[in-house]
This record gives sequence, structure tokens and C-alpha cells, in this order.
Amino acid sequence: MEGPTPAECMVVAGAREIRDEDCVFVGMRLPLLSFQLAKETHAPHAVGIFETGLLRDRPALRSILTMGDLPNIAGALWTTSMLDIMSLLQSGKVSLGFLGAAQVDQFGNVNTTCIGSYRSPEIRLPGSGGAADIACLAQRFVVIIAHERHRLPGRVDFITSPGFGEGGHWRENQGLIRGGPSAIITTRCVIRFDPATREAYLHSIHPGSTLDEVLENMEWRPRIPKSVPTTPPPTEAELQIIRKYDPEGFWTR
Amino acid sequence: MKGKVLSMQEAISRFVADGDTVVMGAALEPMIPFAAGHEIIRQGKKDLTLVGPISDILFDQLIGAGCVRKVVGAWIGNVSEGSAYNFRRAVEEGVPAPLVLEEHSNFSLALALLAGQMGVPFLPTRTLLGSDLARIHPSFKRMECPYTGDKLLLVPALKPDVAILHLPRADAMGNGQIWGSTGLTKEAAMASKRVIIIVEEVVEREVISHDPSRTIIPGFLVDAVVEERWGAHPSPVPGHYDRDHHYYTRYHLETKDREGFLRWLEQWVYGVKDRKEYLKVLGKDYLKGFRIRTRYLSTPVDYGC
Repeated sequence: MEGPTPAECMVVAGAREIRDEDCVFVGMRLPLLSFQLAKETHAPHAVGIFETGLLRDRPALRSILTMGDLPNIAGALWTTSMLDIMSLLQSGKVSLGFLGAAQVDQFGNVNTTCIGSYRSPEIRLPGSGGAADIACLAQRFVVIIAHERHRLPGRVDFITSPGFGEGGHWRENQGLIRGGPSAIITTRCVIRFDPATREAYLHSIHPGSTLDEVLENMEWRPRIPKSVPTTPPPTEAELQIIRKYDPEGFWTR
Repeated sequence: MKGKVLSMQEAISRFVADGDTVVMGAALEPMIPFAAGHEIIRQGKKDLTLVGPISDILFDQLIGAGCVRKVVGAWIGNVSEGSAYNFRRAVEEGVPAPLVLEEHSNFSLALALLAGQMGVPFLPTRTLLGSDLARIHPSFKRMECPYTGDKLLLVPALKPDVAILHLPRADAMGNGQIWGSTGLTKEAAMASKRVIIIVEEVVEREVISHDPSRTIIPGFLVDAVVEERWGAHPSPVPGHYDRDHHYYTRYHLETKDREGFLRWLEQWVYGVKDRKEYLKVLGKDYLKGFRIRTRYLSTPVDYGC
């Protein structure tokens, strides 16, 4: 079998963030594959929720590009309103959410709104959707992002979805009663946050990347422990599952 | 039929006015009322305020066609492709006209419509605290909870002039039914002053009354019912057809510049009189590809007494 692509490494790292019995706010693209992979490996009791108003405990009947595709509705256990899903979030019943990002900074703040200033942006991005709600209200969230310098600035141009703000007790001071980023998964590494100081540190480097490559391709510098382990590579079995759900490589090639 | 059943042309002409606040695409990715949006463009409606959580490419089309003054929403793009270029051109370059934005998250928009539905001036929430979205929004406020002392964000009520919903079916009086996920469909309909529903099929009253759990909006709140098969294409409708991903990809590629969008508009909106002609351009064989392939029927339940 062909070796893993960077996107497949991200999918596998994402799946490992999912614990058995988690209630996961899934989203589309790579996190959807992570969820399906986790379900078939170590987290068979996890359930996935979608903001259209849907809960599943099994993969969609066929591969999907949006959460509203019919194969995602067929075989669901609960179809309902968006407010029910958002109420799960606000009442603390969602353990994990995944966020894609245009930019993420050293405190895990996520921008999906604009590059440049809000009033006259260089690039206007689509916006929050449910991302800000996940970042504010889930027990923890994971950011998935391509490891490119302009995507990893010291400070995001716009905080669409708050991470740890400026660090320390920033979240509590805003009135956020839980949550925050538990990991940033890039195409080159996994970054985590010190639970006490909320300082970012390099947790592991994916096979095929070096420490220099990680640091050269980001504007901020996470704390670097004495020895940084290699992210355990995807197993053959894991790759088989990913390729079953993304046969054309739409998301992972 | 009869009852409240109108043609698309009549329904849009009678119930959507220039300057109106219109909520559409409330179910998120499925059941987007594209046929209604295209009729709005053909009728040259102006200065609309569009309300919707993630409008997919419908809002982009209306923005590019010059119908829109303001968008109240959480995400404006092309769900399977990313950016929507008319939205970008409007915000980045003021083309074809500058756009006023009132940005929400999905949850805060849901609460704004729920407050409208409930008839209260605002609802409190814990979302968006710390987000720059809370900082730039013109009318969010904060309060300390009088019971717990918690910090809360207040979301003011939205009461759109008109909701346009696409549903699988309704009877001629507008009792509208849905299955699958519903997004903000109910909140959008109940918060609005007028409601237009577009359906794949107008059914007898008995079909509705034998399964009232599926009714999302009662007919007494509905002003017009339009029967328009494939009226949500390229978005999916449970029980009828799946999403036409390819159409979104083509739209993405063809509308990268303004000239490309104008060509698109000519081909798919101005160049066709109505949805029937639009479907002819697509062709019967092409549409077949999106019909339901695998049946997944529910077990009938007994409402008997």
C-alpha cells in the first residue's frame, strides 16, 4: 500500500483525539474521516452530531461532501433542529469539536473571517458558521490546519473562534465557563497547550518532517521539550479505513 | 389544489417587496430555495436584507445579481468548494455594490430567530464571549445574570418580513412537512411576518393529518404555497433528490471573475423563463443521477384513538 499523505497523517492524529463515548461535533472534510476512523478502531461508542440537526453513531451510507447530503440523513439516530444541537453544546454535553482554520495563533485562537482588517479585508473568508460556538462551548476543541507560515501567525487577524485569547485566565475573564483548544494538528506536527499556563508546546512531529521544517514554516514558536517524539505513523489498517471512506482521495490527496 | 397555491412568479411578486428582510436557506445545506431566489433575481428585487445561517451559493447569486443591500448570516460561501466570489467581490471591492454585513455564528443567528418566534426582545447566551464577532456586532449587548452573576451575551430578536422555505410537501392550505434535519426552518418561519413555502409536491390534507409530527409550520401562518419540482436543485431534498456536487464545482470555477458570473446568470437565470426551462437546460438524463438510489422507508406509526 502507498505510504500516508500529510492529510492522512492529520486524519489519524485527529482520530486519536477522539475518546470512546465522546459526543463529537464532527464537521466535514478531514474531521469527518477522523470520526469514522475512530469509530471503527478505538472509539466504537462515540456519537457524532451535526449542526444541521443530526446525530449518528455509524458512518453515512455513502461518502458525503456536506452534512446535508441524503446518505448522512439515512440511518441517523436523531434528526432535529440546529437549536437542539447548539443546546447540547451550551449545556456542556459536547465533549469535542473539530475546527478548520485559515489562521491559528499561539493561543489557539482561530480565524475564518478575514485576512487583513475586518473593515477592508485583503481576503474575505466565509465566516464562522458554527465554529465560534464550538470554540466557546465544547469541552475541548481540536484545530486542523495546513502547516504554512501565513496560516500560523503570532496573532490572528480576527478572532472568529476564541482559543485561550491572550493566555492565562483570559477565557474565564470573558465569561467562557469551559473549554479551549486541546490540540492543533497540522500537516507537520501536533501542538498542545500546558493546562496551567496555556502555553503552546510541540507535542510530536509527523514522520517525514523535521523540527527545522516545523519552525521555519510558522511565525510563532511553541515551547520545545527536550525530546520531541515522532507522531506514531498511520497503520496499514488505519489507512485502509480512511481510503474506504475517501476512495477518490477528495479530501486526503 | 387552489387554497394558497400560487405560481412562483405570483408568490414572489405578491409577497416579496423591495427593501424586505428575507430569510432563506434556513435548513442549511439541504432544501435551499434556489428556484425562488432565481425568480427574485428575474423580478429585479432590490435592497433586500438576506437572513440565513450558511447560505451556500444562493446568497452569492443574489449578491452578484445586485438584489442585496445587507446580509445577516454566519457563513457565506460554497459549502463543498470554499469561497463564494460574488460575496468576496462585494466585500473586497464593492462590486457590484458595497454590502452591509451583520455577522453571527450559527447559534447566535438561531437565537435571534428564536427570540423573534417567541415574541421576546432578546435571548441570553454564553456563545461568542471572547470572539471578535461579539465586538463588531452593532447590537449585541452584555449583562451579568441576575441569578448567577454569570457573564452573558444578549442577542436581539430578528423578525424578517418574509420566510421562503423549501419543503418536501405541504397541502394546499400551507400545512408544511419536513423530515430529516431541520436546521432553523421552524424558527425562521415562525419569526417572520409572511411565509412562502415551495414544495416538491402538494398533497391532500389527509396526508398531513395522518402524520402531524412531521408538520414544521401550520398553514394558518403561511401566505403562499408553490409546487415546484426540483425547486431546490442543486441542494438536496429528503425523499426526492440528493445534492448535485458537480453543479457547485462548476459554479465555483465559472464565477471566479465578474464576467464569468454574468455569463452564468444569463445561462441559468435570465436565459430561462422559470424552473421548468432551467430543468430543460439540465436535461432529464442528467437529473436522473440525483434521484434516490437506495430506499430507506420509515415504519408507519398509528395515531389512532
